[in-house]
Parts: sequence; structure tokens; C-alpha cells
Amino acid sequence: MKSKTASYPYLIWTTLFIVVPMAMVVFFAFTDQSGAFTLQNLSTVGRYSNVFVRSIWLGAIATAISLVLGYPLAYTIAQGTERRQNVMIMLVMLPMWMNFLLRTYAWMTLLEDNGLLNNALAAIGLGRIHMINTQGAVVLGMIYNYIPYMILPIYSVLTKIDQSIIEAAQDLGADQKRVFLRVVFPMSIPGVISGITMVFVPAVSTFIISKMLGGGGNLLIGDLIDMQFLGSAYNPNLGSAISLVLMVLILICMGIMNQFDDGENEKGGLMI
Amino acid sequence: MKIASKVYTAFLFLFLYAPIVVLVVFSFNASSTRTMWGGFSMRWYEKLVQDQMLLLALRNTLLIAVISAALATALGTVAAIGINAYKGIARKMIMNVTKFPMVNPEIVTGVSMMLLFVFATRLFGDSSLGMGSLIIAHTTFCLPYVVLSVMPKLNQMDSHLYEAAQDLGCPPVCAFFKVVFPEIMPGIVTGLIMAFTLSIDDFVISYFTSGTTQTLPIYIYSMTRKRISPEINALSTVLFGVILLLLLVINLRKTKDKKAEVEK
Amino acid sequence: MNQVKRFFAALLCVGIFLSASGQTAYADTGEDASAPDTGVTINVYNWGEYIANGTDGSMDVNAEFTRRTGISVNYTTFDTNESLYSKLAGGGASYDVIIPSDYMVSKMAREGMLEKLNFDNIPNFQYIDEQFRNPEYDPENEYSVPYTWGLVGIFYNKNYVDPDEVKSWKVLWDEKYSGKILMFDNPRDTFGIAQKLLGFSFNSEDTNEWDQAASLLKQQKPLVQAYVMDQIFDKMAGGDAWLAPYYAGDAAILVEENENIGFTIPTEEGTNFFVDAMCIPKGAPHKEEAEAYINFLCDPEIAAANMDYVGYSTPETAAKELLPEEVQNNEIYYPPQEILDRSEVFVALSDEMNLYLDTLWAEVKMGGPGETATLIAILVFFLLLYIGIVVYKKRKLKKQMS
Repeated sequence: MKSKTASYPYLIWTTLFIVVPMAMVVFFAFTDQSGAFTLQNLSTVGRYSNVFVRSIWLGAIATAISLVLGYPLAYTIAQGTERRQNVMIMLVMLPMWMNFLLRTYAWMTLLEDNGLLNNALAAIGLGRIHMINTQGAVVLGMIYNYIPYMILPIYSVLTKIDQSIIEAAQDLGADQKRVFLRVVFPMSIPGVISGITMVFVPAVSTFIISKMLGGGGNLLIGDLIDMQFLGSAYNPNLGSAISLVLMVLILICMGIMNQFDDGENEKGGLMI
Repeated sequence: MKIASKVYTAFLFLFLYAPIVVLVVFSFNASSTRTMWGGFSMRWYEKLVQDQMLLLALRNTLLIAVISAALATALGTVAAIGINAYKGIARKMIMNVTKFPMVNPEIVTGVSMMLLFVFATRLFGDSSLGMGSLIIAHTTFCLPYVVLSVMPKLNQMDSHLYEAAQDLGCPPVCAFFKVVFPEIMPGIVTGLIMAFTLSIDDFVISYFTSGTTQTLPIYIYSMTRKRISPEINALSTVLFGVILLLLLVINLRKTKDKKAEVEK
Repeated sequence: MNQVKRFFAALLCVGIFLSASGQTAYADTGEDASAPDTGVTINVYNWGEYIANGTDGSMDVNAEFTRRTGISVNYTTFDTNESLYSKLAGGGASYDVIIPSDYMVSKMAREGMLEKLNFDNIPNFQYIDEQFRNPEYDPENEYSVPYTWGLVGIFYNKNYVDPDEVKSWKVLWDEKYSGKILMFDNPRDTFGIAQKLLGFSFNSEDTNEWDQAASLLKQQKPLVQAYVMDQIFDKMAGGDAWLAPYYAGDAAILVEENENIGFTIPTEEGTNFFVDAMCIPKGAPHKEEAEAYINFLCDPEIAAANMDYVGYSTPETAAKELLPEEVQNNEIYYPPQEILDRSEVFVALSDEMNLYLDTLWAEVKMGGPGETATLIAILVFFLLLYIGIVVYKKRKLKKQMS
């Protein structure tokens, strides 16, 4: 069973289709159209710093709201009986199995000025609110699409907490609030961290949600990259430079997250 | 406290399911507007089954999913066994590369593969991206999930079993299939299912590597870029129904398995 | 509608006799017989909503082509000239037939991305009107065959917008319609509107003029609900937006299906006249079949049946005459000469200008350029945070050890 040869086909595959493509992104980022070395692309990325700020900001808001909304639900689910837990987790995961384009499209229908939500608001006498094509709508789309990624890891950490520890704390005279703050919450931190990562990374780099719910005026990093490769401003060199900066940013974020992630070995994120 | 948490749960599930309910309800709408109810009708479903492009996209999606899931599972399982033989820094390095596609933003993965494929097509004459590039791309992003679901099973396994089988005269390949394979089977199946669903659902990476081929998510995307027809609602409803059914079947089987285990 | 259908059925019967002498590479088998499957599939890349697809009693043009020639069609759509260009230049896709607009035809031809057409395989080119031959974007008429033409105008909601206001592009800068205005999601069309308002040419090579147009658009951005393409159909029909500049041909769907939507061509400043033309990209795997497809679409009966659904204007008088009277005399589709005289055609810009326009366009969409320093600050911040945490943890570990 100690045969390293078994991994060779896989190593060749990953080199060809993961390492080489990444090297190509780096190569394109540092060259111009004729293939000569240049730093022009990277300095141009600076002009788009607004887009980076917006993406990080909206991604962070979406992540924070997902955490605030998702944690209590994960906690409630973890309290139930095993049967109940299974059903509830199924229900959380079910929407995720629908294609995210369809889910986002559904929100278009709901949020429009003459959409269902506004019609309902008007029917009960409240005024219409403009929701579609705003930053709020983009954040909502992110939360909707990624909140299951927040709930699931938190839930799975919570269920693994040894009940006897909680009982011990109670025996020592801690009330419910203290038990939660001093025992349960600290122990669920790894789940929270992986939840944050799993929401933040896709939220920052999304490119369809802002197109569908943000009206194209709320450009995000993903849209900017798409624009350079298959969109309205063909420039793969600049696109690669933007991708490279995005990648570096995400890897640093992952590194930060991993620092909180003690003792987690091969199951966690990248080991940086 | 109890009531508050119930209300809260109900609220969140409303948030999660309201859009889906809307999609389903309006798929039966006789009128073609998205927000006005015009009576019950099945016309969008009729249109759906007549849509040749859609059926072609569905065929492509399933074909790609089956091939790339199988490929990823085979490659990933063998790889997990090989990686298990590494120790220390080398192992760490390999695991980092393995996990890279999971960590890297999807759009960057998609773009990088597009660069590679376009470069390759230019190198080997002017063929087009399409099924081939899609299968390679899907296999690549499914691989880490297979490796990571097989590895823990391998670690749990008692390595002496394999040696014992060999001592008893089993050649290595035979020992693998008789001893190791049954042990890591659950991990392989999990990996296979994950790879299959990930492949069916993928849009971002396919978008960059599809060339002229359309998969279902790409077709859905082009539907949302045009005058929207409630056909898309009908499609969502059908997909949702299929997923619901599949999950129910899987879960029923799981509970059955558990019961069987208990009886053992 | 029914009358129209019967009319076409009769015409198609006549068509058998007329097209019997066709000398195309792929014999047109006419109305009744289906040609045997050739096993060839051509990839056609066209604008969204730009072909009759069999709905509402229209002809399914692609199916009809397959039936007559035995060539299958893999029909996919794009939504801007620029994304078509990107897909061809770097998307690794090989198409057989593409339908770019005028300025994109000349840009692609200039960059050697188009195949020269063999007009022996496209006898129906004879039906193309004289004025559409040898156009400015393809002076020798080597690369393209016109598909449709049209003008850009404004769709407006009659319930909220006075038709008189729509005579000028200025209405799109009117604060009273804030949040109800849509704009194109492509640089040339969007900048074109600002350029006309400022009295500039669409094809200026003066960066200063483009800068002015860009600042006008940035000024307008807070009023704009969304930058979209074909999504305007839904947003206008559903009443979510009241004003949207778009292509005249789409009035066939928008105006005719919604009584409260009107269409006007702003005559005060003039507008854009465009031609969308069929081309074959360099290295297309099935060039002859692609030419057969182009020839098929130029067949006056097919063109008429197609345009009757699509709504854009046909460059063939022979096809125009087959259209219903009310379409032929509709000034939206076939505007009077004085409007045509006030319109301008897009011409391909120089490479430097294109690059400059791309940056301006991204700036409009994100609201002004940013500072490189900001980006560096973000990266440094995250990096320092990371290093800080690592150092802190190491110290803690040391303390625990000692």
C-alpha cells in the first residue's frame, strides 16, 4: 500500500490543468499583447481600485449578515432530535441544489418595482420601495446564494460539542447565557471561520449576481474580469492582472482565517 | 425563547423558499408576464419539451457530468492511495495543490483554464473548445472533492489488513480489490456523487471553457439575457422536482442502511 | 396574423418553382421534400431575439434550413458586438456564421478575423439593394452580406412620458425620470448618445471629445436604473422602466404587444444608423455550408418571413414587398429620408482609441477612476493583519512554552 506511483497520473493531471494554467495567468499579467514583459497591466489595475473596494465591502456585509442570520438557525437546528436535525439540514441544503442562476432570477421577479414584493407592499397600504438594481439587492443575492455555506459548517461543529462539557459548566453554576458565551460559542469558532471563508470568497468574486440584481452599474471584480475576457472590453492581459490581484487577496484572507483554525489538519483550508 | 426560535426558523425558511415557490407557481401561469396571474396553464411545459436547444443542452450536461465524475473518481481514488504514501513536506505540498481549486475563486480557475485551452487549440491547429475542454475542466475541479472524501477512509483503515492479505498470497492488485476497495467504498461513492452534482451545477467555469457547446446552466444564462419567457420557470420546477425526488430516495436508502447496520 | 400566414404559404409554393434553378452548393429541395441528413452541423452565432423561431405562428427559420438542406444548426446568441469579438478573439470557439454590426465587421476584417466569401455560393446576394452593397465598412464587399438595418431610438412609456420630450436625447438626463431610465450595456451605443448630445461624431479620434462624453455619462449614471441589453423587453413591458434607448426593430415586439409603449427616433440631434451583416470567421470548419446558410437567409421569402417576426428592416426590396402593407409603410421600420439623412454610421475606431474607450467605459460603469494607492493600501492592510496574527500567535506559543 505504500506505492507512490499510484499518484503519478494525478500529479501529471494537476500539473497540466492547475499549475500550468495558473502560470499562464501570471505570464499574461506581466506581458503585453506582443508577449513582451510589462508592468503596465498591474498598474492599470490600480485604476479599478473602486471596484475592489466595492466588492470587498459588499462581500463583507453579506458575510456578516449571513453569520448573524445563520448562527442562530444552526444553533436551533443542533438542539433538535436527530431525526429533526436531518430534516432541517436537508431543507437548508435543498435550495442550494437548484442552479444559482435560477435562484437569482427568482429574486429579480420578487424585487422589481412592479414585482411581487412591491405589489404586496402596495396592497397592504405601504408604499413601494425601489429595490432592484441597488447595492442592497446585490448583497441580498449574495446572502441568499451563500447562507447555506455559513449554516452547515457551524451546525456540524455545534453537534460535535461534547454535551458533558456543557453539563459540567452548568453544574459549576453557569447560567444559559454564560454557558453559551463561555463554552459553546468559543468551541464553535472553527465552524464560524470556515463559514466566513465559504461565504466571503465566492461573494467577493461573484460575477452574475451583480449583473442580474445590480443592473450592471454596480460593477464587481468578477464582472471586471469577465469584461476583459468575454465581455465588452477584450484585454486578456489586463484581465489576468486583475485575476492575479484577486487571487493574492483571497489567499491572504485564507491565510488569516487559517490562523484561527488550530489543530485542523487536512480537512481545513489551504495550509499557508 | 422556544416560540422566538420557532418564529425565527420559520422566517429564515420563508426567506430560503419564497423565491422557489414563486418560480413554481408562475410556471403554471397562463399569461406570459412574470408578476401577473392569468389563470392555470401547462403551456410552458409543452414549450419546454419542444425546445430542441434545451434538450441538446441537457444531453450535453448529463454526458459531461457522467464522464467527468467517473474520470475524477477513478483518478482521485488512485491518487488518494498514492498520496497516502507520501510523508512530511512532500505530502503537504501535494495537498496544497490539491486543495487549490477549492480555495481559488471560481472565476480565476475558469479564466486560467480558458487561457490554457485556447493556447492548446492554437498550438494543435484551429479546433474549437467544446465537449473535450469541458470534460477536462469539470474533471479538474471535481478531483479535490474526490481525493478529500477518499483520504479519511484510507487513514481510518488498518494498513496491516493489506499486508496480511499479501502475506496470505494475494498479489497487490488482488489485495487492493479484495481488502482496500471495500473499506474505502463509502468515500468513493460520496466523492462520485459530489463530483456528479458539482459538474451538473457548474456555470462559472463552463462559461469560460465551453466554446460553442451549450450546457444547461449556460443555456439558462442565455435565457436570462433575452426576453424572459416563463419557460425558465417551468424548467426550474422540473429541476427542483427531480432534485427533491433524488434526495428523498438517497435519504430513504440511508435510513434503510442504518437500520440494517443496527440489526447486524 | 392568419392572413399573413396563408399569404406566405402561397408564396412558398411559388418559391419551389423559382428556386428550382438554384446553383448553390447545397440544393434547396423546396417546400415538401426533406433533404437527407448531411451529418454536418454549423455553428451560428447571432444576437438574441434575432431570428424567427417558430413562436406565434412564425417560421422556424433554422428548422426550415435543416429540412431543406440536411445541415443541422447549432444556434447560440450573444448580446453585444464587443462580447462577440471577445469570444472569437480569445474564447477558443469556432463559428461558421456570425452576425456583427457594421463597425465590428470592419474591425474584424482589418484584423484578419474574417473569411472572404465566395459569392458563387450566395446567388441570392442579387436581391440585396444597391445602396447596401459595397458599404463603407466593407468597401469591396468581400466579407459580409447585410442581414438587417435600423436606427436607434427611444422606447418610452406613454403613461408617464410625453412624446414631445422624446424628440431629444436630453430626456435621458431628465431628473424627473430618475431610476426609470435604462441604458445600453455596450460602449459604442452608450457613448453614441452622449456624443450626439454634445454634437460630436460617433467616430471621433479626439480623446478630448470622448472624455467629455464620458463625463456626461457619469453625470447621468445616478439616474440610470440599469445598463442592459435585451432585458429591456421585460423591464419596459413590466413598467419597471419608462425610458430606454434601443434598436427600432424591437418595436415589433415591444410597441405592438404593449399599447402603452411608444417609440420615437430623436430627430433633434440625430441618431445611429446600423447594418448587421452576416460573415464567416477565419478558419470556419464548414465554409460552404455557412455560405448556403447565408444564401438561405437572403432568399426573399425567407427574409420576409424572418423579418416579419424579428421586426428589423430588410436590405432587400424584394423581401420588403412581401411584408404586410402596414409594416412596409411603418415609419419606425422604414423611416423617411430626412431622418435617415440625420443619422450617422459607426466606423471602426483605431486600436488606441478602442483601448481608451474600454477604460472610459469601465470608469462610467464603476463611477470614476480609482487610485492605485487605495488598492495597495488594501493589500498591505490584509498582509499586515496576517503577519500580525502570525507573530502574535508565535509569541503566545513561546510564552506557553517557557
